[in-house]
Amino acid sequence: MQLNTPSSPHIHSGDQLSQLMQRVLWALLPAITLYVVFFGWGIIVNILIAVLAALTFEAIALRLRKRPLGSNLGDFSAVLTAVLLALALPPLAPWWLLVVAVFFAIVFAKHLYGGLGFNPFNPAMIGYVVVLISFPREVTTWLPPEAISGESISFVGALSATLTGTLANGINPDAISMATPLDHLKTQLTQNHVISEIIHDNTIFGQLAGSGWEWINLAFLVGGCWLIYKKVIHWHIPVAMLASLALIAGVFWLIDSERYASPLFHLLSGGAMLGAFFIATDPVTASTTNRGRILFGIGIGILVYIIRSWGGYPEGVAFAVLLMNMLAPTLDYYTQPRVFGRGRNS
Amino acid sequence: MIRQLFQYKGGVKLPEHKQQSTRLPIQKAALPQRLTLPLQQHIGTPSTPIVEVGDSVLKGQMIAKAASLISAPVHAPTSGRVIEIGEYAIPHPSGLKAPCIVIETDGNDAWCDHRKPVGDCHDYSPDQIRDYIRNAGVVGLGGAGFPSFLKLTLGNDRVVETLILNGAECEPYITCDDILMRERPLEIIKGLMIMKHALVAKNCVIGIEDNKPEAAAALRGAIKELAVEVEVIEVPTRYPTGGEKQLIKILTGKEIPPKALPIEKRVVVHNVGTAAAVYRAICLGEPLISRITTVTGALKKPANYEIPFGISAAELLAQAGVEESSVERIIHGGPMMGFSLNSVEIPLIKTSNCLLVTDKKTVPLLDKQQAHACIRCGSCADVCPINLLPQQLYWHSRAKDFDKVQDYNLFDCIECGCCDYVCPSQIPLVQYFRFAKTSIWQAEQEKKQAELAKERHQFRQLRIEREKAEKKARHKAKAAKVAANNSENSDKKQAIEDAMARVKAKKQQAAEASPEKPESGGNT
Ligand code: SF4
Ligand code: SF4
Repeated sequence: MQLNTPSSPHIHSGDQLSQLMQRVLWALLPAITLYVVFFGWGIIVNILIAVLAALTFEAIALRLRKRPLGSNLGDFSAVLTAVLLALALPPLAPWWLLVVAVFFAIVFAKHLYGGLGFNPFNPAMIGYVVVLISFPREVTTWLPPEAISGESISFVGALSATLTGTLANGINPDAISMATPLDHLKTQLTQNHVISEIIHDNTIFGQLAGSGWEWINLAFLVGGCWLIYKKVIHWHIPVAMLASLALIAGVFWLIDSERYASPLFHLLSGGAMLGAFFIATDPVTASTTNRGRILFGIGIGILVYIIRSWGGYPEGVAFAVLLMNMLAPTLDYYTQPRVFGRGRNS
Repeated sequence: MIRQLFQYKGGVKLPEHKQQSTRLPIQKAALPQRLTLPLQQHIGTPSTPIVEVGDSVLKGQMIAKAASLISAPVHAPTSGRVIEIGEYAIPHPSGLKAPCIVIETDGNDAWCDHRKPVGDCHDYSPDQIRDYIRNAGVVGLGGAGFPSFLKLTLGNDRVVETLILNGAECEPYITCDDILMRERPLEIIKGLMIMKHALVAKNCVIGIEDNKPEAAAALRGAIKELAVEVEVIEVPTRYPTGGEKQLIKILTGKEIPPKALPIEKRVVVHNVGTAAAVYRAICLGEPLISRITTVTGALKKPANYEIPFGISAAELLAQAGVEESSVERIIHGGPMMGFSLNSVEIPLIKTSNCLLVTDKKTVPLLDKQQAHACIRCGSCADVCPINLLPQQLYWHSRAKDFDKVQDYNLFDCIECGCCDYVCPSQIPLVQYFRFAKTSIWQAEQEKKQAELAKERHQFRQLRIEREKAEKKARHKAKAAKVAANNSENSDKKQAIEDAMARVKAKKQQAAEASPEKPESGGNT
């Protein structure tokens, strides 16, 4: 009798990496839908280009590194990186901006470090920061919501804008682009305007934060909560990050609400929710102990506030995440949980 | 009374697969023609044979005695003749061979006559009870096989607050304890009372997972019948609740530190099967010669079999109706911690609680696919009952960074397999941990040996130097002695020396007188 003799355990839950990644992608769906509702089809074009580029680079990198293509391409990690980048960049960004960002994310931040699981820095954020520093104008000019610009962006229009630089009807997107609410607020504040004056009568601000933005952020929140419920991510990082951001924003807002935006504005603007639930939680680059995760989240929250309020860029999530990525191994080492039967004795 | 239960962190819920082997009552395995009895069926030193090839043995007769304190004797499971004492494969993950006594059975199943049933255990002192249990070869039947009398010995502070019987049986597929509790609850409770007496324990508690209501009911019935004070507690079904330290935590809230024994915290845990074995040893005078083994999986007659030790897996599987041709693997023990056999020609022993047979069709084990990279998702850490960080252990084991891996408490890992079970990247984590442990042990062994060699070398060096010094000292002493002697005999010596000097002078004169001779001869 020929017997198979693997070692224990002999059973497995059947959980799979690709399924985990797919769940994260599903959780992004509500926000992507609202994105389309508010900003038109640009985001879909972004996603398609980014995913295509990511899979291509991933395949080339795997081939060069002589790794099996099938199982690695099928793990959806490159797709997830691409979608996150697409969400982080402006909806009508030129195609090459996406491709450059994806290239740096997949090839430099991921494969040069040894591939999935070995990268110390969040690949999507590396890609984002590279294009942000190299092409600041392209990365920071966004279309306002369709309701404000009066321009509805069709799929064909978006595709044409991305590939050729003009919308299908010949309009140059630059003509209708504006700074994001977060960006706008910051520039105005540096010019010594007060908040009530800046927000007053400006349609890019909505009920709670940037118009449109606030709802998209809420959709990220919903998707994120579903991920926690499904145990795909742990609650520690998003809760710690959002709580520390809100707390520090609250303190300054109480001190001077004319010079510092409200905590709610901070939570629902820019990449706060996307960052908290989908980017900072990237397990490979985050802290992996529970206490470490809390410190990691707090650090990001504080850094986001500092960069938004006093830094050179309007949004700080990417830099905050990358800075904390550097600290993650140290955090892990010093926050090991108490081992059963050791330490405190019952 | 409602007892407050505690919780240990982690653990997993596993598919149980327990029904199939509990449909039939306990089946008596037919006696095979040959029994192969390993000298080591327990943790500790292998026993020493006290029979010789050709000896006739009777059922229950001791055939190998305990070789040290941590050891257990082996008894003949039936009557017959010893035909060989030699090396055979034993059930062990390594697949190695070990010394065994082979008995050819005679079919009479005749008992030896020195059975000494003890009426009421209370007529005997705990020490006497322990001796009986020891001589009966009783070891823990839950899996590890630690000699039971040792766990019935009091600790330093001589107090046992809680004596726990472990009926949790948390591994999937295994039901040998379940069926025993259902069918022989009286034996278990009586055995428990004997253990209580031996330990002078204050409380007795039986922990059973709540997926075994029949077993709990049967035990409660027996407790009532015997009018004894024992609490049966249903604990949540969760793997690895049957782990000794996990069960202690749940029932008492106490955490037993790694390497420490429960008795240090005034708790003792025995398996329910062990309790029944103790009962048989004390009240019936029967040494441990058989056990209940679950045989389940891809076979015709999955059930619990009462097996004589030494029966081969092949024999038992044939009785249970295994189609040899379709078998994919055979696991000794449960699917989480058991090991796969590389041959069916292997005897079953005191610790054989289950044989799980799989074929690719009816009992497909969710086999891991090709492992992906660790994405540090932390699922493994969430389920680790020891609260370790398996992802870090994996990372450093993989990098062979054995110092770091010990920093993360590798040696506290109980190899329960929970982390492995949930890992979405399907990394064989436990395999890595075993590898790291063995490597470290090996390195330590080598280091020890190197140190020993170094020490020996230094010793030798020292010895040589010392010997040299001693030699020198001896020489000096000798010289001094000689010198002393010399001065005593100096007159005599002087005379001799004078004489010699005279002779020398004469010789010299003679030599000076004749030098020209050769020269002249040379010139001519
Ligand atoms: S469960 Fe697997 S992939 Fe996740 S952290 Fe643990 S070892 Fe890594
Ligand atoms: S095998 Fe070890 S590391 Fe994994 S869960 Fe069990 S105790 Fe923890």
